[in-house]
Amino acid sequence: MSEQAILREVRLLLPMAPDMETVASQAATAVAQYAGLSTDQIDEVRMAVTEACINAFEHSRAADKTLELTFTVFGTREPERLCIAVRDRGVGFVPERVEEPRIETKLKAERKRGWGIKIIRGLMDDVTIRSGADGTTVVMCKSR
Amino acid sequence: MTEGLKLTVDRRSGLAVLYTDGYINNQGGEEIARAAYELIDQGYTRLLLNLHGTKIINSIGISILIEIIERMLQIDGRLGFCALTPTIEKTFHIMGLAQYAGIFPDEAAAIASLAPGP
Repeated sequence: MSEQAILREVRLLLPMAPDMETVASQAATAVAQYAGLSTDQIDEVRMAVTEACINAFEHSRAADKTLELTFTVFGTREPERLCIAVRDRGVGFVPERVEEPRIETKLKAERKRGWGIKIIRGLMDDVTIRSGADGTTVVMCKSR
Repeated sequence: MTEGLKLTVDRRSGLAVLYTDGYINNQGGEEIARAAYELIDQGYTRLLLNLHGTKIINSIGISILIEIIERMLQIDGRLGFCALTPTIEKTFHIMGLAQYAGIFPDEAAAIASLAPGP
């Protein structure tokens, strides 16, 4: 099997400000269209990107208040796979310690939020989260 | 910036339909919740959210919808959603909302299930 090459890479720097996730969502749509994903797949990508941005806005506590997104399209001759890295330079967290939300618990709980990672994992093919003292990078991929 | 959510309410006999148009984020979710609680206070125990005009939603908005589901359960009411995009429907299933609220392909199917009998 031949190794996939990078066919296109797009970088986006976003200020952590209200509604900026919609800018990331628009960029995700454009790159996912280039990658040849179906309409439903594009919708899933934009929703996952929106969630990753919101998570970073709300929890990263990044001093530079900036989010870096890298959209990479891989393929041999044609686009085959889209990966999106969403990186903040915040305080980081331990992904394994994040409790998976359950609807029956959330319905009774005061705080009903905390669904971002579950949604991202549910919508994308592969998700990797690297987090430490220098920030968090969520890498999510979807293949055609 | 994004335009705010447009919300229209259609009060019918025994059931109210809320039509959304636009992004359901925290503000959009709050607007839906305000309208839903007002309807509940007016005696409506069956609500249908027609999301035909909503192509994107975020988890903050959905969390507010979960508050509405909680309220409906408390009053022994019923909440349904219809005309969802495949991605929003998939997200609702990922989160488990379908266990506590009806998800219907269209308004006719939703009303047939939600509307009180004669």
